[in-house]
Amino acid sequence: MNIVKSFLPVLSLLALLLAWQSLAVFLNSSTFPRPVLVAEVFWRACISGELPYHLGMTLLRLIVSFSIAMLLGCAMGIALGRHKKLDAFFDNWLVIFLNVPALVTIILCYVWFGLVESAAILAVVVNKLPNVIVTIREGTRALDQDLMDMARSYRLSKRKILLEIIWPQLHPFVMGATRSGLALIWKIILVVELLGRSNGMGYQLHLFFQMFDVASILAYTLAFVGVIQLIELLILKPLDQHALRWRR
Amino acid sequence: MSAIKIDILNKIFPGVGEATGHLAIENLNLTINSQEFVCLVGPSGCGKTTLLNIIAGLDTDFTGEISVGRVTKQSKIGVVFQNPRLLAWRTVRQNIELVQERFQNAELIDELLDVMQLTAFQNVYPERLSLGMSRRVALIRAFAVNPDLLLMDEPFVSLDAPTARQVRDLLLLLWKKRPHTVLFVTHDLREAIALADRLVFLSAAPMGFVADIKVSIPRTERNNEQAIEDFRQQLINEYPAIKQLI
Repeated sequence: MNIVKSFLPVLSLLALLLAWQSLAVFLNSSTFPRPVLVAEVFWRACISGELPYHLGMTLLRLIVSFSIAMLLGCAMGIALGRHKKLDAFFDNWLVIFLNVPALVTIILCYVWFGLVESAAILAVVVNKLPNVIVTIREGTRALDQDLMDMARSYRLSKRKILLEIIWPQLHPFVMGATRSGLALIWKIILVVELLGRSNGMGYQLHLFFQMFDVASILAYTLAFVGVIQLIELLILKPLDQHALRWRR
Repeated sequence: MSAIKIDILNKIFPGVGEATGHLAIENLNLTINSQEFVCLVGPSGCGKTTLLNIIAGLDTDFTGEISVGRVTKQSKIGVVFQNPRLLAWRTVRQNIELVQERFQNAELIDELLDVMQLTAFQNVYPERLSLGMSRRVALIRAFAVNPDLLLMDEPFVSLDAPTARQVRDLLLLLWKKRPHTVLFVTHDLREAIALADRLVFLSAAPMGFVADIKVSIPRTERNNEQAIEDFRQQLINEYPAIKQLI
């Protein structure tokens, strides 16, 4: 039973691969390449260093913009969750920024600040920030008042209250914001690169699109999905397990 | 050192939605001397917890004045709440260490853990403890700060009788060893008589002062069940007003 269970994910991936292969054979079209061809293109792009370079650029932008958005978002989210007046004032701003289409922020950033790296990063941050704030604000509102009272009556320092009382309670919300954030940011980054950068995944995809090079598009996509899965497996999951070790 | 002067004109919980406002405390004047052990006795829901919250500085929304003699940043308050209020993500020991902010005192923690029979559980997360054990951890936490003022809100509820007796003895032992002001809320009159220098009886909401009685039983006689029972009978006979409160 256990063996079947552990092979299930592998089996499902194989099934997907098989479906892809049969569809490609059936369609026999240059715009729907077989898995083998995609693998070949992937291997060549890796050896030439092209794929690692562009993937690396995109990942770098992802890390920088993600870190800025999470740091600012957590700080602002906690502030809004703790102070009712502040929240009442900025709530409308949040709603507006939440609903500005990503494309609009990107275009405006490029128009106002030029086609530069900082404008690209800013565009991503502005897109992601409201989401983080809203999630963390919800988490802050749900903080256990009994524990806050305990901390206050024992006169714990502000630093200790933040690190020992507030932060552990926010952990699930931060992880939620992280997961949804990664998914959101990497999609936006591609558009940012497509519109105004001369490297990165988005830029490359744009080139392949103009040449109808579907095999390359799929190869890059698979590489990116793989990287995101690795981040989940190697960073986020262990973080989760460590932070929730006290759960029964 | 840490005498408390309580002078509350009124404390009102504003109405929310359908609920009307609630006058919880009215005209309460009370002085608790430094190093005195005072038990507050009153019916459930009369506002004892509210009063403790005000004294602990958690609730500032009232009319009146509270002065805890010579409050400085250094003066230490230990609080035992009705529920244990432990951090689920910290082990028993870390929960206790948390409140020893300016001074780590591992020996004191070891000693307290030993007396409360929790040494074997010090590295366990609170979710694995029973309620009685969690309560004992909360008690250790309050003692661990070497408090000048100890506020206790029915701390022995749901402890089994032998443990409760043991913890009560421990409380008295610690109190004699290092005298500090104790304000102890309970609705168990026997427990109050066994522990206190002075009993303060409070009325149902809006809470007000009913009677203030010194416990005349000498400290050495407090383990004598008969003496306590006699004192209790005598109280009820002498103060008919108390009878409805307990």
